[in-house]
Amino acid sequence: MSIRVLVAKVGLDGHDRGIKVVARLLRDAGMEVVYTGLFQTPEMVAVAAIQEDVDVVGLSMLSGAHLTLVPLVVAALRERGSDIPVVVGGIVPPSDISLLIDAGVAGVMGPGASGASVVSTITEAANPA
Amino acid sequence: MTNDSYEIWDEAFKKSRLRDVSFATMSGIALDPVYGPHDGEFPGVFPYTRGPHASMYRSKLWTMRMFAGFGLATDTNGRFKEIIRSGGDGLSTAFDMPTLLGLDSDDPLALGEVGRCGVAIDSLADMRDLFADIDLAATTTSMTINSPAAVIFAMFIAQAEERGVARARLGGTLQNDILKEYQAQKEFVFPPRQSMRLVRDTMSFSAAQMPRWNSISISGYHIREAGSTAVEELAFTLANGFAYVELARQGGLDVDAIAPRLSFFFNAHIDFFEEIAKYRAARNLWATWMRDHYHAQLPKSHQLRFHTQTAGVSLTAQQPEVNIVRTAIEALAGVLGGTQSLHTNSMDEALALPTEKAARIALRTQQVIAFETNAVHVADPLGGSYFVEALTSEMEIQAEAIFAEILEMGDGSMLDGCINGIEANYFQSRIADSSYQLERNFNNGTRIVVGANRFLEGNDETDLDTLRISGADETTQRARVARVRQDRNDDEVRRSLALLAREAADPEINLMPALIDASRHMVTVGEMMGTMAGVFGRYVETASI
Repeated sequence: MSIRVLVAKVGLDGHDRGIKVVARLLRDAGMEVVYTGLFQTPEMVAVAAIQEDVDVVGLSMLSGAHLTLVPLVVAALRERGSDIPVVVGGIVPPSDISLLIDAGVAGVMGPGASGASVVSTITEAANPA
Repeated sequence: MTNDSYEIWDEAFKKSRLRDVSFATMSGIALDPVYGPHDGEFPGVFPYTRGPHASMYRSKLWTMRMFAGFGLATDTNGRFKEIIRSGGDGLSTAFDMPTLLGLDSDDPLALGEVGRCGVAIDSLADMRDLFADIDLAATTTSMTINSPAAVIFAMFIAQAEERGVARARLGGTLQNDILKEYQAQKEFVFPPRQSMRLVRDTMSFSAAQMPRWNSISISGYHIREAGSTAVEELAFTLANGFAYVELARQGGLDVDAIAPRLSFFFNAHIDFFEEIAKYRAARNLWATWMRDHYHAQLPKSHQLRFHTQTAGVSLTAQQPEVNIVRTAIEALAGVLGGTQSLHTNSMDEALALPTEKAARIALRTQQVIAFETNAVHVADPLGGSYFVEALTSEMEIQAEAIFAEILEMGDGSMLDGCINGIEANYFQSRIADSSYQLERNFNNGTRIVVGANRFLEGNDETDLDTLRISGADETTQRARVARVRQDRNDDEVRRSLALLAREAADPEINLMPALIDASRHMVTVGEMMGTMAGVFGRYVETASI
């Protein structure tokens, strides 16, 4: 069965180039991709992820709000009893990666990540060893 | 082109005041201000392919306009002063996400975003801090703001006038290009047609009262950053420009009253010659269309002037120092293409907003080009190159084909074509397709990016210091806007918001006076935008990938 992924832009940032590229990359790799559009709140992302019964949530971040908003998405999922893994891609300084992992994020992809590494990060998150 | 181009150029050049420097090579070979056959095109002469001015950088170098904004208004004010001390000669303001979307810092949706991507501006109090001790009559100020452009413009005018600088003396640029927001940058609030009413209001207000103000900076930069090709950037941007001209004409403004105050903003990407050809094609196309389709008479209405920013998307997080080289090459393309103003990105911007040191190196890059290379002495130095001329022509042909598509979507109107194209997802899907193609080329190795998919040695060194925005700024700014609300006269606030709502409902009224009035009474950005949203509605984009 193919992996189902929700890709989401959380917060106020409208830069959607990365998320659209990633959505197409994952789709071309055989995954089912759900994109709910811009300006989502953490709660909206959690509700959509559960409703759509996805295997992974992928958040695309640019604005520097990742340390605030990403943990809120993880918390919104866990509060609803969901263990769907969350991965993050975008403009994340290397020093913030461990902070996101500590906040319960399953993987972080920085700028310049290859298409293959994006697909493998999502696949590993969906099928934890 | 006319056969007397040379005579027109020669006369204009002789009248130009030149900078007091030697226009010669390092060997002492004297350089002409421009090269080419006398029956060819010349800068400062229609169709301006070779430059808007006869003497180009011999009279005035481009404005070294560094884009800055982060944290609180006082932080950005400090960076502005550093830019001026370092020899930058124009200011350019980056606003944070809540401000770009017309939300106050204490709005629940602003959580985590305050001061992150730019400076947080909620009220006149912040605007005062932002420009404190900066001579607004001597410095030109650019503001990258779109959906709330009219509101921020009103606050800027209000703070200048309370300091005794009359609006007529203010020089600068409002980005105010809402069409590209729906197409590419995606910081929209109101639906397109209602937003265009605010654009019309700012255009007609500044045309009447602010002779030194550029009312719109028609921006291809974001279209390109969102993933378009250079040809799409060129065509979409000029089409948007034509749409604003048609909008002004619909509003009863004469084309020659507003066109001289339209400026452009292009990307300088890494494909060196294509970028230079793009700027040349843009000048030629704009001049031709303004004369032949919109019947503009004034030379200033035909002359395309533009700001350039090097390509943020070309920067890599890996081996970030290499970004200095990319930026230098891109900046040189902007200069050889005849830009009027330039921002150079900093090496650390694939990771964060720039540190002061990184921003200084970026400015120094411009200064090396301007003062060391002698690349500035000759106008349009690549004009006449078989290659660059052919590339320029090809880009014009391809842009014209896109214009025809947009016109068809608008039944002969570029304004309707741009709006209908947004609603039909035309621009957005073309940009996404081009962006994905580029990504596939990157992934299959046909597009090489040093440090990202080739030449990876050194990628492990991650010792670059990046700018940290303190989370405390958000708390401070929330408290600040709360204090502003506490200290102001509530009756005046209610009265000015009621006036704004009433006038917003009447599309014949120019909203600028009501917005300036509200700014003076400490009404916040969020309150003004919320009031207008009550009348105009809010735009929701249909999600597509």
